[in-house]
Amino acid sequence: MASDIWQPKIDRYVDAELSEEEMRAMDAHLRECSSCAALALRQMRLKHDTKLAAQRYAPSPQFRRRIADQVMAGQVIADQVGARKPVPWRWAAPLLVAAVMILLVAGILLSRSWEQARSQQLLSELTDIHVANLAASTPVDVMSSDRHTVKPWFQGKVPFSFDLPEPEGSPFTLVGGRLAYLDHEPGAHLIYNIRAHHISVFVFRDQPDLARAFSARESSRDVLKFHVESWSAHELRYFVVGDASDESIHKLTGMWKEAGNS
Amino acid sequence: MPLFDSLYNFAGWLTGNREEAEDLVQETYLKALKGFSSFQRGTNFRAWIFRILRNAFLTSRTGLKAMRTVPLGNDDEETAGVSAERNTPESILLGRASQEAIQAALRKLPVIFREVLLLCDVEEMSYQEISETISIPIGTVMSRLYRARRAMREELQGASNG
Repeated sequence: MASDIWQPKIDRYVDAELSEEEMRAMDAHLRECSSCAALALRQMRLKHDTKLAAQRYAPSPQFRRRIADQVMAGQVIADQVGARKPVPWRWAAPLLVAAVMILLVAGILLSRSWEQARSQQLLSELTDIHVANLAASTPVDVMSSDRHTVKPWFQGKVPFSFDLPEPEGSPFTLVGGRLAYLDHEPGAHLIYNIRAHHISVFVFRDQPDLARAFSARESSRDVLKFHVESWSAHELRYFVVGDASDESIHKLTGMWKEAGNS
Repeated sequence: MPLFDSLYNFAGWLTGNREEAEDLVQETYLKALKGFSSFQRGTNFRAWIFRILRNAFLTSRTGLKAMRTVPLGNDDEETAGVSAERNTPESILLGRASQEAIQAALRKLPVIFREVLLLCDVEEMSYQEISETISIPIGTVMSRLYRARRAMREELQGASNG
């Protein structure tokens, strides 16, 4: 029967899912076959009626407005997010920052550690010189309590010039001076007496290495029971080392600072 | 807002409840906004957003319950054609169902048939679009449509006879 061939295609015909050729062939058949035409008409009506009847749920104006607001807000956020240019390796940024921070902290710690170690080493050298000088048979190269005698002696021996304080009227007695070497750099070593104590004053050029090791312009430390004060002025680095009281060391330091600034 | 009324109506038919329909539509738009980057330009936006709504429904409590409903036969069942019903042209033309009867028949359809029928007859989607929306083969779309319409006719005939 011809209808058995065509009727299974009626759904697709009604849904316009047949090819153009099949549609034309179906149109031709429906004009001749009342049974298929009735079925097709019923399907079309059902489809049409279903469409009308199924449009049952309509959103309320409030709900429509609410969703519109949410969509708008979401769009703004999406636009803001979308406006940001994607950064390659963005995921690695926090790790990179953390790594840089770790390196910075490690660098600072290492630097501080190096500075501490270096300054400790230099101070140890100075206290060694001071102690060795105490035991030496000839503790000074130029023996004089007169600063005008001692100072010229250093000319041509050290690559800088410096002023000595006037010890007159102070509890300190200038014993004399000698050359000293710190880190292979020549410097002036002045020896003072205060009662039974000896105090050494060292003057060196303020080399970058020294400046870094003693980054503080002024410092005061204790090394092996010796009190050490250090400062820099006019590109010179000064050290006062002795086992005298802190007050005495500090007083001599003050005198040298005054002389350096005058 | 694109397709707002259509989505709301579809959600209403899936859930049968206005509050749930609102939740579903809201969730759909939020998911669509959030996942808009996953939408491939040049592809079917309508199928894409309806698929979001349908998937949201399927993961809802009502959706999970609805999907447990026993379907009308097997998806692999061949579309036998309307001739199997042996209706005469007269009996076919005489009966025209009321809107309420159609709505009642639609409500009685299991959701897997209802959704196909709604997408085809109400949204006028092609079989290909329905296939993309529901993620089923076109053959399955056709067989579900056939059985949905047969169930509708039977329900409507029963209603008009009763």
